This record gives sequence, C-alpha cells and structure tokens, in this order.
Amino acid sequence: MNAQQEPKRKRGRVWLWLLLIPFIGTLYPPFYASYHPVWFGVPFFYAYQFLWVIISALITGVVYFLTKD
Amino acid sequence: MHAAAVIVFVLLFIFITVLGFVASRWRKGNLSHLDEWGLGGRRFGTFVTWFLLGGDLYTAYTFIAVPALMYGSGALGFYAVPYTIVVYPLAFLFMPRLWSVAKKHGYVTASDFVQGRYQSRLLALAIAVTGILATLPYIALQLVGMKAVLAAMGLAGDWPLIIAFIILALYTYTSGLRAPAMIAFVKDILIYVVILVAAIVIPMKLGGFSHIFHAAAAALATHKPKGAVVISPKLFLPYATLAFGSAVALFLYPHAVTGTLSASSRVAVKRNMAFLPIYSFMLGVLALLGYMALAAGIHTKVTSNAVPLLFLKEFPSWFAGVGFAAIAIGALVPAAIMSIAASNLFTRNIYKEFFVRQATPEHEARVAKIFSLLVKLGALYFVIGIPTQYAINLQLLGGIWILQTVPAIVLGLYTRWFNRYALFIGWAVGMIYGTGMAVENQFKSSIYTVHLGHLAIASYAGLTAGIVNLILSVVLTLILKAVGVKSGTDMTDPTDYELELTTLQN
Repeated sequence: MNAQQEPKRKRGRVWLWLLLIPFIGTLYPPFYASYHPVWFGVPFFYAYQFLWVIISALITGVVYFLTKD
Repeated sequence: MHAAAVIVFVLLFIFITVLGFVASRWRKGNLSHLDEWGLGGRRFGTFVTWFLLGGDLYTAYTFIAVPALMYGSGALGFYAVPYTIVVYPLAFLFMPRLWSVAKKHGYVTASDFVQGRYQSRLLALAIAVTGILATLPYIALQLVGMKAVLAAMGLAGDWPLIIAFIILALYTYTSGLRAPAMIAFVKDILIYVVILVAAIVIPMKLGGFSHIFHAAAAALATHKPKGAVVISPKLFLPYATLAFGSAVALFLYPHAVTGTLSASSRVAVKRNMAFLPIYSFMLGVLALLGYMALAAGIHTKVTSNAVPLLFLKEFPSWFAGVGFAAIAIGALVPAAIMSIAASNLFTRNIYKEFFVRQATPEHEARVAKIFSLLVKLGALYFVIGIPTQYAINLQLLGGIWILQTVPAIVLGLYTRWFNRYALFIGWAVGMIYGTGMAVENQFKSSIYTVHLGHLAIASYAGLTAGIVNLILSVVLTLILKAVGVKSGTDMTDPTDYELELTTLQN
C-alpha cells in the first residue's frame, strides 16, 4: 500500500455508514405494523418489508461500488 | 401414495446423486488435502458462491419452519424477512475481513482465526465446541424437513430417510464441499421455479392476495393463543430483537463461515452480500405460503405439514413432486455443508490442536472425512431415535449459543483490545445464561422477559445473553488490563484484514 492510496481508502470508508439505513428501516416495527394501506391486496406490513428487501440490496450494491478500490 | 409425485421426486433425486459424485472432478484439486476437501480449494467465484451460500443459508428447515410459524402463529413468523434483510449489510462489513485474514494465514475455521488472533487455546476451543454443538441439531432438523415431504408423498417409515442420508454421506465423503456446491445449482433453480409458480398459481386459485390475507386473519383469530396478520405492539420488541439477533449470529454459524471462506476472492464475498437478498425476497413469498395454507382450508395439528399439504391440494401431483424434491434437496445441501464445517472445526481445532499436533494436511483431510460420517450418523440417530422436539429445542439453543461467539470473532476482526480471558468468561456466562433462559421457557419460545426494576422487557434470549456477554467482556478486559494481565501474541497484522488475494488457478 502506498501513500497515495491511503487517503482514498479512508474516504471510501465513509460510505459504509449507508449500511445503517436498512437497520433503521426494518428494525423499528412501529413504522410499518399496520394493515393499511393495502397494496395489490397485500397489507402494508408485508408490502413494506418486501420493498425493503429491494432497497437494502440496492444500498449494499451502491456501497460496494463506492468502496471499491 | 402419490405416484406421479414420487416418480418425479425419485428421478430428481437420482440426478443430484450422480452430480454429487461427479463433483469430485469439478475444478479438480487434491481432495486428500483439507483445504480442497473442506473449502473447495477456495476457488469458487461470485456466481458459484451465490448458489452455494444461498443453498446453504436457506435450508429445508427454513422452507418448512417459516411458513409453519406463519400458519400457526401469524405475523411473528415474518421476522425471517427483516432478519435476512439486515444480515447482508452487516455481513458486508465483517465477512470480507474474515475472508482476507483467513486467506492470508490459511485459516479454515473461525476458531483458527481466534487462535491466531488471541493465542488462546481455551478460547479457540470454546468457539469450536460452540460451533459443533450448534451445528449438530441443525443437521438433524434438515432431516425433519425431508421427513415432512416424504411423509406427505406417502413414503412412510424411516428407510427412505436412511437411504437419502447414506447417499449424502457417501458423496460428501468423496467430493467434499464441491458436492453441495454443484447440487446447490439444482436445488436453488428448483426452489425458485416452485416458489414462482406457487406465488402465481395458488393466489389465482384462492381468489387473490386480498382474499388470502382476509381468510388467514379470520383463521388465525380462532387459534389458541390467538394469532394476527399484523404484529401487535406487544410483539414489536420480540420481532425486532429476533430479527437483529438472528442476523448477527447467522454468518458465524460454521456452515456460513465455510461457505464464505470457499470464495475465491474478497470481491466475490462483497458482491454476494448485494446479490443474496434475491433469496430473501423468495423467502418472504415462501413465508406467505403459510397464509395460503390457512386460506386453502388446510387443517393439520402438525404445522410443519402445512406446506406439503398445500402443494398436494393446489398443484398437480407431478408438480407437487418437483416441490417436494426442491425441499428434500434443499435439506441435502446445507446438511452436507454443515457436516463439512463441523468436521473442519473438529479436525483443526480439537483433533490437531489437542491430540496430533503434527498432523499433515492429508492426515487432517482423512480425519475430517471420517468425522463427517460420524456427524451424519449422529444426526440420523437424532431424528429416528429421539423425539423431533429435542432437535428443535437444541436448534433454538444453537442460535443462542452462536450469538455468544460474536465478541470474540466479530469484534476480534476489528480490534485486539479485548483480553482473551475476559472474552472466555463473557462467552461462558452468556452460554449459561442463554441456556438457562431457554430452559426456563421450557423451550417453548426464544422470547424471554427480563425484569429491570418496573420494566418488563420481552426480547430474544440470545441477544439478551449476548449483551451480558459483551458487557462482561468489556468490564473484565478493563480490570485485567488495570492489573497488568498479559494477552497472548497476535499473529495477524492490521493490514491482513484488508488484503485482496486471489487464489491461483492451477
């Protein structure tokens, strides 16, 4: 590892904080423990969590690219 | 007996048996070497690793137990989804570090890493024993999943299970990790097809999702205790702590470590954390099969029969056979990886460490192969000789136990601040406290209510024990440092955790 690489690595690290978002979105049930609104016949409780599967995967993917050396 | 289902099932089973043996020639390596037998030579790229880890983490037991919980108790069972949502961002942080340091130093197990990091045979032994103990009942539960589908097809008795497991034992013995890696392709493709079809066909037959949720809500309201399709405020904390605690523990299970370390590069590990959520989406749909079973009017006291019965009722017999094969093969992949992972732990961290210190890699591989056979015999005995409930209880305990290895392994990947004795005592207390909570609950639930003054906090027992473990590890480290107790030499360098090393193709 040379001196030029060092600050670049450190800057990439900041993006790792984005990974906290899925935890906030999914681990606080008061956000989503509700039957309504119903989306395509699916109660909000389920639709919301399905949506977060996708959002979380996208966030992880974005962080992957942002932290790539 | 459902003839068409049985024929399709048997044909698919023969196909994967052949694959299991052919796998020994795949990306050929010297299978008498533990790194080759037990980690597939660390040569699996992003794509293979995705199938391997997916096949490994989403087990037959999951396929049966998650919808069974939804069928029996309602929305609480859906915690499996937030669990598998947060597990990947979390693993994205620490698993690449474990991969890099393991690659650099040739570690095969998490316990190898702990030994290298803390130079503590005691702590490394504790980690290895925890891993083995948590894995054994998990393997037995794969058999339970398989038993459920065999029984649904009308193949009663123990012999089909025994045959399936002998086949599994033989190809794991000869091909090592390559066998489940190859079979995982078939398993996952079958599972995706079945779930996709189920998600389209069954709601169409049952009058749409709207009707399914209404019918499920009505059925759950008649259950004792009453269930609901949305969790009540009383269940908020249990739901969140179950999801979080299980997520923290998942990648520390020996089979998850083995699956990850077999990846060919750090990048492959990272990429998988973004792609594995595809399985989580599938798991969510699968969980809803529990409600579909309620809406379809399936009545069974044994909740694990709900999905097999749903398949038989709503699918043509031959396609039910495909579904059953998917679940049964879904049992074989993780069972193989789990037995390999347990063998790696036994060989490296118990046999070699305490009995034959100068064991060569060939000697290691031989011991691991034999141990993998013993592990499977043990699991088979568990399922046939002992009531299933014991295996389920032990698996519940296994999750609590694995969580107790977090401070030593996960925090150890970031800092060498902790004292090895403090970590050991934290682990021991966490194990005892966690087991005590489960016993006090009579294994009926992993939710335990802790009373703090006037507060009654109901949360996941594993997480509660883990917090006690962590606090003890911190406090004791501070005390031990203050009195000047030395910690062993650290064999690793801070840069080892960031290294990108690629396995040479030979």
